[in-house]
Amino acid sequence: MIQTPSRSYELDKLEMRQVYANTILEMARNNANVVALEADLMSAISTNKIIEQIPNQLINCGIMEANMIGVAAGLSLTGKIPYVHTFAQFATRRAFDQLFVSGAYAKLNIKILGSDSGVTAEHNGGTHMAFEDLGLVRLIPNAYIYEVSDATMLGYLLRKIENEYGIHYIRTIRKKAVEIYQEDEIFETGKGKVLREGGDVTIIGSGIMVAESLRAADLLQDLGIQATVIDMYSIKPIDKDLIVKYAKKTKAVVTAENHNVIGGLGSAVAEILSEHCPTQMRRIGVKEQFGQVGKVEYLKGFYKITAKDIVDAVREMV
Amino acid sequence: MSINFQYLETFRDEIRLLTLKELHHLGFGHYGGSLSIIEALAVLYGEVMKVDSKNPEWVDRDYFILSKGHGGPSYYATLSLKGFFPEKILYTLNQNGTTLPSHPDRNLTPGVDMTTGSLGQGISAAVGVALSHKLSDRGNYTYCLVGDGELNEGQCWEAFQFAAHHKLNRLLVLVDDNKKQLDGLTKDIINPFDFGEKLTAFGFYTLKVDGSSLTQIYEAIEKGKAQCDKPVAIILDTVKGQGVPYLEEKADNHHIRPNQADEEAIIATIAQLEKKLGKKVRL
Repeated sequence: MIQTPSRSYELDKLEMRQVYANTILEMARNNANVVALEADLMSAISTNKIIEQIPNQLINCGIMEANMIGVAAGLSLTGKIPYVHTFAQFATRRAFDQLFVSGAYAKLNIKILGSDSGVTAEHNGGTHMAFEDLGLVRLIPNAYIYEVSDATMLGYLLRKIENEYGIHYIRTIRKKAVEIYQEDEIFETGKGKVLREGGDVTIIGSGIMVAESLRAADLLQDLGIQATVIDMYSIKPIDKDLIVKYAKKTKAVVTAENHNVIGGLGSAVAEILSEHCPTQMRRIGVKEQFGQVGKVEYLKGFYKITAKDIVDAVREMV
Repeated sequence: MSINFQYLETFRDEIRLLTLKELHHLGFGHYGGSLSIIEALAVLYGEVMKVDSKNPEWVDRDYFILSKGHGGPSYYATLSLKGFFPEKILYTLNQNGTTLPSHPDRNLTPGVDMTTGSLGQGISAAVGVALSHKLSDRGNYTYCLVGDGELNEGQCWEAFQFAAHHKLNRLLVLVDDNKKQLDGLTKDIINPFDFGEKLTAFGFYTLKVDGSSLTQIYEAIEKGKAQCDKPVAIILDTVKGQGVPYLEEKADNHHIRPNQADEEAIIATIAQLEKKLGKKVRL
């Protein structure tokens, strides 16, 4: 139990899927070139509620993710701005060569929303639980990767990338996130957000693990350990300067991700630190395991990605 | 409409000559599948398609996507003859630092509309281009050339379902049915059965023609363009190595590193074409 919570940890007013649908509708109305593509998951991401308003800018491609990425490439060739949505594992694992060759290698402009990230796939279980999507997309040269932590950030980044050419992958949950930001917050590419300052350890999280990191910092405070918490929403490019600055300052780093510790945020931070500022660190995330069915809280406990696991990792070092 | 087939025959022969010259200069390459699409390329670029070599990005152009990307050499020969880049560039095919890689790259070669080579992907991009023009109510045609072996790829059939559902009538898919893929005959590897029946079942307006006949290819395309509610598939009955009898007979002709007999046949064909065309090509 946190004795002195630093914030209320209230949920956003809107679900992430409502934010996606609302933002797509707004962008499509303002720009005839915006076209959203779906692979039979419109009702899962709430775009079924806007289809009648933008029938020529929202296309259900059916259950064919490989073709959907190719169609997006074709749309991009003719100047359209395709936003593609499907669950994270289909957007990356299933259509990886299409994303790599028809998208990135061909230097085209495609925005991808991978939803139901990691444990939030819940009852869909191991086949649907992507713990490797960030790692896959990180391997694509010049791709941009964001893992969003709340509704304000998702809406902002969806709008921001509309006029930024390239392959953009946004990883999200579908339901309500813990509210982290005020509505007027801005989010730059290649930057992290310092949410809390402390001199003993730096906790770097993304997505749903940002709230866990903040909770961990509260628990550590009760133990007399002061933690810095960074929301590293821009996974690629990543904020090297910020990572090095706080590693130097606190001399201990923990990463926290709803993803395999190989390939994602933990890897990215370790790569920066090992080359530029060797620092003791721990990576909280999924280790050599597949997904499974279960509620989010159960799964967080099973994969050891809770605030308590972050605290334990910190206490090994501090 | 009266068509100057004499011009098309010359254009076809020039494409074949340059294709053989560039591959011969390189010393190896995808001879079989480059040669089998030459008649189709001649009709498309010699007569049918609206393109402008001085303005490759012209928005009103027709699009062409070579989904069977390994056919690059004859595609490049065609583009150079149309003036997209100098013929001497063909000399650099697939060599260090070239703008003509083994498989087409839209970022390297003027006139190439889409990067292809990972089989099955070009057709999806073509479908996306055709959809885009339909959504914007534009009149551009999209032509996509797929290989018979390439149709092993499931993604092609995803794309075909999509094209038919969206009634992409300005999409014309040409199937190079040359009966062979890398490891042998298509019927021995993955039996294609009847492409025409399959594509008709998938919702296409389907035609089958002699893929070595300029007239038949042209007439099929014109018929296809008259369609208003279905995508079009034209099955080209071709021969791998088409137009070079010796290579047509050669069993393993997908990728050739010529032996002495191959070399003699290729050189003899080049000489025949040069004589017929009354010109020597120095690459």
